[in-house]
Amino acid sequence: MKSAEEIFNILKENFNDNIKELVKQPVDPYILCDPLKINEISLFLLSNEGLLFDNLMNLSGVDDANGMSTTTGSITTIEGGTLSVYYHMESTKFRHKVVLRVSTPREKPEASSVALVWRSADWHEREAFDLLGINFLNHPDLRRILMPYDWEAGYPLRKDYANPEFYHGMKVPY
Amino acid sequence: MAIKTEEMVLNMGPQHPSTHGVLRLELILEGEIIQKVTPHIGYLHRCFEKHCEAMTYPQIIPYTDRMDYLAAMYNEFGYVIGVEKLLGIQVPERVEYIRVIMGELQRIASHLVAIGTYGADIGAMTPFLFAFRDREVILNLFEITCGARMLYNYIWVGGLSHDLHPDFVRLTREFITYFRPKIVEMNELLTTNRIFIERTANVGILPLETAINFGITGPMLRGSGFKWDLRKDDTYSVYNRFDFNIPIGEGKVGTVGDCWDRYYVRILEMGESLRLIEQALDQLPEGNVTSAIPKRIKPPVGSVYTRVENPRGELGYFIISNGTTSPFRVKVRGPSFVNLGIMDVLCKNHMVADVIAILGSVDIVLGEVDR
Amino acid sequence: MIVYDFLYNIVFNITQSAVAGDITAMVISAALPLLFLVLPFAILAVWLERKVSAHMQDRLGPMRTGSHGWLQTIADVIKLLQKEDIVANDNDRPLFNLAPILVFSGSYLVFAALPFSSAYIGSNIDLGIIFIIAASGFVVAGILMAGWSSNNKYSLLGAMRSAAQIVSYEIPTILVILTIIMITGTTNLRTLSEMQTGYFWNWMIFGGAGLSLSKFLFIPFMIIGFVTLYISTLAEVNRTPFDIPEAESELVSGYHTEYSGMKFAMFFMAEYANMFAVSAIVSAIFFGGYQSPFGYLGNTLGLTWMVPIEQFLWFASKGIFFVLVQMWLRWTLPRLRVDQLMALCWKYLIPIAFVNLIIVGLITVL
Repeated sequence: MKSAEEIFNILKENFNDNIKELVKQPVDPYILCDPLKINEISLFLLSNEGLLFDNLMNLSGVDDANGMSTTTGSITTIEGGTLSVYYHMESTKFRHKVVLRVSTPREKPEASSVALVWRSADWHEREAFDLLGINFLNHPDLRRILMPYDWEAGYPLRKDYANPEFYHGMKVPY
Repeated sequence: MAIKTEEMVLNMGPQHPSTHGVLRLELILEGEIIQKVTPHIGYLHRCFEKHCEAMTYPQIIPYTDRMDYLAAMYNEFGYVIGVEKLLGIQVPERVEYIRVIMGELQRIASHLVAIGTYGADIGAMTPFLFAFRDREVILNLFEITCGARMLYNYIWVGGLSHDLHPDFVRLTREFITYFRPKIVEMNELLTTNRIFIERTANVGILPLETAINFGITGPMLRGSGFKWDLRKDDTYSVYNRFDFNIPIGEGKVGTVGDCWDRYYVRILEMGESLRLIEQALDQLPEGNVTSAIPKRIKPPVGSVYTRVENPRGELGYFIISNGTTSPFRVKVRGPSFVNLGIMDVLCKNHMVADVIAILGSVDIVLGEVDR
Repeated sequence: MIVYDFLYNIVFNITQSAVAGDITAMVISAALPLLFLVLPFAILAVWLERKVSAHMQDRLGPMRTGSHGWLQTIADVIKLLQKEDIVANDNDRPLFNLAPILVFSGSYLVFAALPFSSAYIGSNIDLGIIFIIAASGFVVAGILMAGWSSNNKYSLLGAMRSAAQIVSYEIPTILVILTIIMITGTTNLRTLSEMQTGYFWNWMIFGGAGLSLSKFLFIPFMIIGFVTLYISTLAEVNRTPFDIPEAESELVSGYHTEYSGMKFAMFFMAEYANMFAVSAIVSAIFFGGYQSPFGYLGNTLGLTWMVPIEQFLWFASKGIFFVLVQMWLRWTLPRLRVDQLMALCWKYLIPIAFVNLIIVGLITVL
C-alpha cells in the first residue's frame, strides 16, 4: 500500500522530466505526465515489483476547454488549450491506486497507447479517439467505436462540437 | 480449375435472438469453428456523457437508470456515491441501509435475468420463465417503494426519494423465505443438468492473468477463481458491517474460469445477497431519509473516481466538477463495456453455438455498453 | 382395408370400371389421413404444445380465443393464410417454392403406411416400415433445398446441420427396426400390429406374443431398443434436445428463417405431423400399434363394428402420449451442441443398437 506521494517520488526518480507534478485536490490527487512517454511509464507501473499496477480501472478522455473560446451565433469554437487523458489504475495485490493525467495540445492531440500494456485500455482508447479525437499512437486497432464508422462531423464530446445538419440525407436536429 | 476456399463471414446481430440487444458480432468461420470475433457496438449510443454536461447533478440520476436497465438501482447508487464524495457530505444511516437492501435486491433481479436468459441461450426455455416469475416479486417490491418497476430514480444525492413502504420489511422477508427454495429448484432444473454441463463446462475458459489484464470484473473475474469483490475489497456504504462470502469459480465440473463457473458464481451470489438483505433488515435503523438532501448541489472544483460492485462488475464513475451545478465531464466505466472486449479471446477455436454460450456467460447489457 | 374395399365397391357399382374404382378409392382413402388426421392433429398439437409449455412454466398460455384458447391455432392458421408470401430477390425461386411442399409431402407420405386400425391403413404395402424410412429421406432433401435457396447463411447452416443429423440418426433407427424385423420376420406394419394382439404382455416391448423362453430373454433388449429408437426419432424430427437445425438462440430459426405465410405454416405442420408419425411408429413397433392393452369393449358387447373405432382411438392416444413426452422433454432440457449430437449418435447410439442387434440375433437363432 503506497500513497500517491510515494508513487510520485518513485516515478520521479525513474522518469525525471517526463513526470511533471503531483496535483493535489480534495479527493483523488493525480500525477501529471508526458503524453508521449505514458506507455513507458505504464509499463514501469505494471512491472515494478513494488507497484504492480495490474488493473487499469478506467481511462477517460477529457476536453479541458482551456483555450480561446469564440462564439459566433450558435457556434462556439475553441482554439488552443489541451485535451487530457486520465488513467485510473490499481494494484490487485497491494491494493493501492493512482491517477495519472496527460495533457496534449488540442490542435494535435497525441498520446502513446497503453493498449498493449493493459488490454482493457484498447476499447477505452478507441472511445476516447471516437468521442474526443485523441490519437493514440501505436494503438493496434484505432477505429471509431460508439459512433458510426462513417461519422464525419467531428468528435462529439469536445466542448465546441456542433451537430451536423444532415447525416446520410437524414436531418439531424429534430 | 483451381479450387478456392475462403473463410465464411457470419454477421450475428444487430437483430439476433441471443445477442442480448443490438450487438453485432462479426464472426469469421472455418466451417463452424470461430477464427475471429469482432464485436461492433454503438447501435444504442445515446450520448449519455454529452447529456450529463448539460444537466444539473440531480437531473442526471434518471439517465443513469437507463444505462444498465437491469440494474438501475445500482447505477444510481454508484453515481450518488461519487457526487457525495465530491460534496463531502455524510448521509443518514437509514439511507445507507436502504441503499444496500435495494442494491442487493437489484443484484438478485439482475442475476435472475442473467441466469434465465443463459438457460434460454442454451435452449432451455423453462428456467427463463421461472427466473422471470421470481424477478417479478422483486420488481413488485421496488414498485411499492418508489412506484417504478425498472427505472427508479429512487436513490438521490444525500438521501432517497421516498422512505420505505410500511409493508416493505414484511414483504421482503416473505420474499427471502420464498426465494431460497427456488434457488435449489433452479439448480435441479438447470445447473446440474447433464446437457447444460456438457454445453458450458470447459467452454470459454478465461485464465486469471488474462482476466485481470483485460480489466474483467464481477462474476466473470470471480468465476476465474479470484476473490475480488469491491463490496469487501474497496468497501463503500455500510457493506463492511455485514457478514457475507465471496463465491469464486472452483472448476467443479470443468476447468476454473469456464462458462459453468461464471454461471454458478451468479447462483451462489444470489444466496449471499439474500443473507445481506436479511442482515440489513435486522439492523435497519430508524431515521429520516430526506434530511441530508442538499438544496443546491454545487460541488467544489475537483475530480473523483468512484466504483461500486454492480451485478456485472466494477461500475465506475469519473466525475469532474468545475464548481458549477453541472458536471464538467462524466465518464462511465461500464462493466459490460469492458467485459465485452474479451469476446475474441474467449471464442477463438470454439464453435458457433459456443459463442452464444460464452456471450451469455459474459452477461452484457447493451444499454450500458453503448451508453 | 375395409375403407378401401367399401369405396372401391361403391365406385365399381356406379362406373363398372375396376380402374376407376381402384383410383378413386385409393385417392380418397389416401386423402383421409390428411383431412381427418394430419391437419386436425397439427392444430391440436400446436395448441397442446402451448398449453403444456405454459403449465410447465407457471403460465396459462392462450386463454382468450375460445375456452382455454383452443381456437388459437385455428386463428393463427387463418392469419398465416392471409399473410404476404415474401420471396426475396436473391432467393432461388423454384427451389424456394418447392422446398416446403417437399418437406410436407415427405412427412405426409409416412402417414400412408401407418396402421391406424385393422380396418384402415392408407396403403397396406408389405415393405411398410422400410417405406416409412425411405419417405422420411424426402424431408432431408426438402430441408437442404430450403436452406440453400434461402440464400441466407443461417438457413444454410441450419439445413446442413439438419441433413447431417437426420442422416446420422437414421442409422440407429434402422438398426433397431432391423432387430424387430429379425424377430417378427415381417416389414408389414399391419401384420406386425396383428402379431401383438391380445393383452399388453404380447407387445414387442415385452418380447412379443407367445410364452417361450426367448420372449423373456428379449425383454431387456427390447427396452434398450425402444429407448434407442425413441432418442433417434427425437433427433430425426429435430426436437429438443436435438433441435439444432432450428436452434432459435443460434440460428434464428434455421432453414425456415426466410419463409413466411403459408410456406412457413407448411414447415410448421410438417414438423408436428412428423412428431406424430414417429410416435406412431414407436408405438406400432413396440407398443402394439392399434391393439388395446386389455381387450375391446366391442367384443364384450358383441358389436364388432366398434372394434376398429376403438383400435383407432388406442392408436391415436398412444401416439399422442409419445408426443406429450416429446413436449415434456422439449420444455425441460437444454440443447446439445452439434458435435455433441454427432458424438451421441456415432459413439453411443449406433454401437448400442448394433450390439443389441447381434444379441437379439443370437437369441433368435437359439
